[in-house]
This record gives sequence, structure tokens and C-alpha cells, in this order.
Amino acid sequence: MTLTSRLTGLMGLILLGTTASAFAQVETHHLDNGLEIVVIPDHRAPVVTNMVWYRIGSADEPAGKSGIAHYLEHLMFKGTDEIPEGQFSQIVAANGGQDNAFTSYDYTGYFQRIAADRLPLVMRMEADRMTDLVITEAVWGPERDVILEERRSRVASNPSAILGEQRSAALYLNHPYGTPIIGWEHEMSSLTRQDALDFYTRFYAPNNAILIVAGDVTLDEVVTLAEEYFGPLASSDSISERIRPQEPIAVAARRLVYEDPRVQQPYVIRSYLAQERNAGAQEDAAALTILAELLGGGATSVLNRALVVDAGIAVSAGAFYNGTSLDRTSFGVYAVPAIGTSLQQVEAAMDASLSEFMQTGVDMEHLERIRTQVRASEIFARDSQEGLARAYGSALTSGLTVEDVQNWPADLDAVTAEDVMRVAAEVMDLRQSVTAELRGTSTPEAPQ
Amino acid sequence: MIRYALATLLAFVPLSVSAQTDIEEIVTPGGILFWLSQEPSIPIVSMEIVFRGGASLDPEDRPGAVTMMAGLLNEGAGDMDALAYASASEEVAARIGFDVGRDTLSVSASMLREVRGEVTELVRVAIQEPRFDADAIERVRRQLISVTRSNRTDPSEMSGNELFQLAFPNHPYSRPIDGTPPSIAVMTVEDLAAAHRATIVRDRAYISIVGDVSADEAALMVDHVMQGLPQSNTPLPADMADQLSGGVHVVDLPGGQSRVLFGHVGIERDDPDFITAYVMNHILGGGGFTSRLTEEVREKRGLTYGISTFLTSLEHGPLYLGSVASANDTVTEVIDLVRAEWGLMASQGVTEEELSEAKRFLTGAYPLRFDTNSKIADILVGVQEAELGIDYTHRRNDLIEAVTVEDIARIAERMMQPESLTFVVVGQPVGLSDAVDLAN
Repeated sequence: MTLTSRLTGLMGLILLGTTASAFAQVETHHLDNGLEIVVIPDHRAPVVTNMVWYRIGSADEPAGKSGIAHYLEHLMFKGTDEIPEGQFSQIVAANGGQDNAFTSYDYTGYFQRIAADRLPLVMRMEADRMTDLVITEAVWGPERDVILEERRSRVASNPSAILGEQRSAALYLNHPYGTPIIGWEHEMSSLTRQDALDFYTRFYAPNNAILIVAGDVTLDEVVTLAEEYFGPLASSDSISERIRPQEPIAVAARRLVYEDPRVQQPYVIRSYLAQERNAGAQEDAAALTILAELLGGGATSVLNRALVVDAGIAVSAGAFYNGTSLDRTSFGVYAVPAIGTSLQQVEAAMDASLSEFMQTGVDMEHLERIRTQVRASEIFARDSQEGLARAYGSALTSGLTVEDVQNWPADLDAVTAEDVMRVAAEVMDLRQSVTAELRGTSTPEAPQ
Repeated sequence: MIRYALATLLAFVPLSVSAQTDIEEIVTPGGILFWLSQEPSIPIVSMEIVFRGGASLDPEDRPGAVTMMAGLLNEGAGDMDALAYASASEEVAARIGFDVGRDTLSVSASMLREVRGEVTELVRVAIQEPRFDADAIERVRRQLISVTRSNRTDPSEMSGNELFQLAFPNHPYSRPIDGTPPSIAVMTVEDLAAAHRATIVRDRAYISIVGDVSADEAALMVDHVMQGLPQSNTPLPADMADQLSGGVHVVDLPGGQSRVLFGHVGIERDDPDFITAYVMNHILGGGGFTSRLTEEVREKRGLTYGISTFLTSLEHGPLYLGSVASANDTVTEVIDLVRAEWGLMASQGVTEEELSEAKRFLTGAYPLRFDTNSKIADILVGVQEAELGIDYTHRRNDLIEAVTVEDIARIAERMMQPESLTFVVVGQPVGLSDAVDLAN
């Protein structure tokens, strides 16, 4: 029962899954107007995934206009000077293709999966809507209602998601990562057609975009088509370096409690501000990725063993980190108490387990098992052309290069126990953290 | 380990196979039949085993038994306790998962070619020699009680449970797949062993292997996993006509939005008109952005983020279902629109243009489902389970192309019953009262 709708790419707990394969024969090219091209050949089946990624996300929105990046993403399907209103997805479908889009903090992406011989069609359509979008008076009102319904489905109906917004807002004192990708409801409800067009005009241009094509194609074929369809588009001079307000040095640990009558299973979750992957320097991010695996990546991880298996006081416990981010990201740990254990008890046990880890250090056999899985995930990754395309797209819109993506498995493999303990000591600083509790309540009130 | 899965309903997954995917039917030296698709370009192998039965074999007073049993399969097996089993899996980067649905228990394993022997042995001990150690039982019991408690306020779970209780009273389908907090609390090792004996049996298995293996190598894997499993001794439940007779049923849940699950009787997978119904559903509500319901409810009026309809593949009572969420004060309008579209399809069918666009999508999107080995393995067991035959792959698009507007008019008149359409609304809808049962 999946909702087939334009998706907001909310941050998931992707750990090793983001590994792209060094075996994939990735090729790149640039057009004169600044469009970057990445081709990931996969000739197993006569299909392609055509993606256009813009280096623009919710963290680039003007103050007071939260949600505009995602709202524009929806409006991008409404039509152009050539594509009649409401026909974009219809045309793709009538050619046997599927299309969708996603918005995150650092990027907005659009894609079609379609038979390889239809690549010219969808590439032409993407080029068309890069500069010739049409938003009529008839469509922008109902679509704004759609994103408000999307917010109700994704956030207001889900106490965990409500808490997630509050946690990010508390973690980021200054950076726009503290604002939800989908937007705050009161700001979403006053967004206008003009807001969307302003955002579009300023940020949608070939020199702010990456074309990624994976599947049954060659670089030459893609470049020829891209020259034809994207080549004539003028580059924009309104694209500047993405410099957002950065985080100050935080000095106070923050604690949140959110109570909701719908909560049947409480939990405690803590996020620390953390180093992200940077171009040419992703060693610390690699060590943090391995740290998250050691602490909470599976059944034999430190937190699962201590809280779920040995003590039996939690039904689940783990750690998370996603280093693919333009600015500072977060590292987190969580514990879900079993019946009869309080949040205070399970948090104390989690902290005791983390302290013990800091004293005893890395179990070398465990590290070796994780390395094995990293190497394997590199091979498994080749099975999904869409997954590979996404790994490249999210990295390239987060300040990384193709080389960084290709080096990532080796960087993960090179992480030593000493690296892990160094980044662990750095990252787990309570002053840079938010600890949040999700709790039930007996009062029959809930936010709308 | 129990996954926090929300799979209340088995949506019908359309089955088709790319012409490029060659499938062989093989009988192993041990006499076990499976389907193989060789794909040597990446050194990985996926194995999928589906056992018919699933949660429908839960005893009446033990809902959740099969789910809990499946959650324990990788929590200690053979001479390994839970941690030893997990370590052994990590050492070979095995990806082994178990999933329980209303009609099936499925085992999915992906592995590197070079360690397929080790991973196959891990699958074998998990399904043949689970230990059900006392500490593992208590651990999984805690997890499943947490899941079932959370289900009590989850809008999708709540609407699914309510609708299945209305549709199949006293049938196993009426009981929650994950069980209930009280049923999980009293589950004994004997209950779990009985669930294991009832579900994981040699004569109800469908098996596929996809990836970098030869026929002989794949046959060895199948024999290793399957030989030694017993024959079934527990009957599958009886078929049952659903009891959905119309009306609106409201289940209270605080929040700003109502989640709606609606439906009535569907169509059997082996009905000669199934493909016609499938194409009709695509046009009405199955086709994502291009469906009539999306156009009316989302695009024109902005009343929802998503609305979809689907033919379920339930083995003992097919349903035609739909799902939508809308703000509490607009959900009544959505329900009226759904009823109107239902009636319109019943009385007028579809246009030539709609049918031709649907055919172009359904046949053109044909190869897109075959983009990973594990998805292909899934599809191959699905085709076997539905008994469509190994040549289905070559016939499927022709079946779709053969559908006419007259066929759809006929099936629409037969299937679409606006007066029987039953709505379960979870939320605090404005202007709806509970249990407006038109039949009473």
C-alpha cells in the first residue's frame, strides 16, 4: 500500500547502504553552459534511469518561505510552454515510463525510469522544464493544499516525525537544517505562485544542475542528446557559492520531551552535531560511519548487545550517521525501552554502555566483520542502477566529487580502531547534543 | 529480530517478466522444483523461497504465532545461539530476511557468489533447526509486544485490522498478522514449534534463484536448504466470501487527518477476466499520477497527497481495496468523490483513449520491474505461486493488449458495486457518523 506520490526525500538511516561501487564504469562530462553529466552504464536490461539533480534544497530557502523548494518540486510537474498542463507524468506513463521527484536539505532531484529508446524524449522534457516551466492560476492553489496534506500524512499523523522536527530545530541553533524540508505549516500555507517562480528563476539553470543517466547507454550517446536538448540553455549568473549560516560553538546540552496521546512505545534519542564528508577529506566521516556500525549497526553491535540481548531492558537500540551532507550533519544513538523499564533507566544504561565502549575500545573481530560487509556492499550496490545514481547524485549535490564517491569504499576500509576512538571522543560531546524523549500521555489532545 | 513492518495488506503485485530474462525450470537431484535465471555479470546470488500458509495458519487463540516464530528463526539455530548466528552472518555478509503475510512466509537471501555455500547453510539451519532458546523467546516477545502496542494507534494498521474484521469475521484473515499484546504475552515454546511445523514445509514452497550460478550449483543450494523439511500436516483455511456490504465505519484517533481504507469483493487471480480487471484498476486508481482518482481528488481539488486502489492477491477471498488520507474536515468530500467514480466506472467503463494509454504504460513499463536480481527472484516466485506458467513472461503483454473497452465495461459492471463499498475511517472526521451500514 505505497503512496505513489512525489516524495520528500527525508533523511533516512542509510549507513553502509550508500556505498557506491568502484567497479562501476562511471564516466563524466561537462557542457559549456555548466551542466555536469554523469553516466553509469549497466547493460543488463534495455532500460535507463534519467535524473536531473539541482544543487538546491530546503536549506537554501529564503527566510520565512520554508517549504518552497519542495512546493516548487511539485509544481515542476504542472507543464511548460511545450508540455500541456497536467501532462508531464501522463506523457512519461504513455511511453511506458515511471517518474517522480524528491527534495532534501541540499538537493532537489527529478527522475524517470523508462525503456532506453525513450531517453531522448524524457531528456528533452527535463531540459524543457529547466527553464520554461508554466504555473497557471488554476494549479498552484490545489497543489499547495496537496503539500499541506502531505505534511499531515508525513508529520502530523506521526508522533515520531513531530519529535524529529523538534529535535532538528533544537540541534541547529543557526543553520537552516533546523527547518523541516517540507516546511513549517504556517509558512507553507502562505506560499504563493510568485514565491515558487522567484525560487525557480533564481536557482534552476544548467550550471546548477547535474544530469545523471544510469542504464543501457554510453557516455557518447548521453552527451550527444544532452548537447541537443540542454546545450541551448543559457547558464545563469545568479548562481553563487552555497554559503549558509553556520553553527556556533554550542555550550549547553539540550533536552526535549514530547508527549502525544498516540504514543504507545516511548523512546529516547540523542543527536550530536558531527563532521560531514568533505571533498578530498572524508576520513573522519568514514570513521564516524564505522563507529555507527560498531555501536548500533546490527545484532552484534555494542548497544544492541548491551541493552537488548544482555540486559533485556530495551526492545531496540542503535546508532545512526549519514555523512553525505553539504554542512555539518549529526551522529545519533537511541534506545527503545521494554515494558517495565523507564526512559531514565534505559538512557542511563545507554550512557553506561557508551562509556564502557570508550574505555575498552574497539573489538577487532567486530571491526573485521564490518569491513567484510563494507566490501560486500560495494558489490551488492552494482545490482541497482537507481541506487548507484542516487549515491552519485546526493554526493555531488553535497559538495563532493565523483572521485570522492569512488574513494569512499576504500576510505571506509582504511578506518582503524584508533580513528574510530578519536572521532568517538570528539563527537560525543553533550554540549553539542540534543537528547529527546517521546512519551505517551493520558490527555486526549494532539496537534493538528 | 522483529522488523517494524506495517505490511497489513498484500497489495497485488503485477507479474510480468522481461523478454530478456531467461527462466529455466529445474528439478533438483533431490526432486525439488525451482526456477532459475542466470545473470553472470555481477558475482552475487539471490534466493527466494515462499511458503504458502503464513499467518493464516495461526491458531484461533494465538494470533501472531507465525510472525513471532519467523522473528526467532535468526535468533539462534543449530549449534549457534543468537549472537553466534548473527556473527556468522556478518562474517560472510549474508543478507537473510524473513517476512510473514496473510498467506505466505517468505525467506529472502542475497549473497556473494564466493560464499554461497556458507550462506545457504545459514538459511538451512534457520528454517530447519531454529532453537527457540528461552532468552531469545523473551527478547522477541518484548519486541513484538512493542510492535503490537504501537499498531493500536497506527492509522494504517488500525484501518487494515478494522476492514479485515468486517470483511472476514471469524476467518483467520480477521486476525492481526502481528498478533495482539495479550496473544504475544502468552505464546509458549510449544506454540512456536507448532507454528514452525505448520508453515515451513516442503510441499508448499515456491523457490527461485537469480544470479551468478550454474544450474547444478543452484540445484545444490536448493537441495541443501529444502531436503529434510517435512510435508504439510495442517490444512489451509477455507475460502470465504467477504462480508463487506457498504457503509462507513469510524475509528477514533486524535490528529488532524483521517486515514481511509475502502473496498469490497475483488476478483480471483485465476479468473479469466483478471487481466481486464487489472487494466481497469490501473485507469481508476492503480496508475499513480495518471489515474482518475488522483486527477479528481489530488490534482483538481488538492484533497489528498495520495490515493490509490489495488486488487489484493489474498488466496481465500480476494478484495478490491483503496487507500487515501485527507484532513478531517475534507474527508467526507473525498468519500463522496470515490463513490461517484466507482459508479461512473460501473455505468460507463473507460474510453478508447484511456485504454490505449494504460496499455502503453503497462506494456512499456514491462522491463522496469526487472532491475535487480532480488526483484527478479521475487517475481519468479510470484509467477509460480499464482500458477501462471513459465511462459507467462512471453504472454503477459499480449494478454494486456487483448483487452477491449467492451471487456472493461463488462468487468466494471460485474465488479464495481458502489452500494457495497465499505469505508473504514481512522481519525476524527467531520460530518461522518459511525457504522452507517446501508445494508442494515
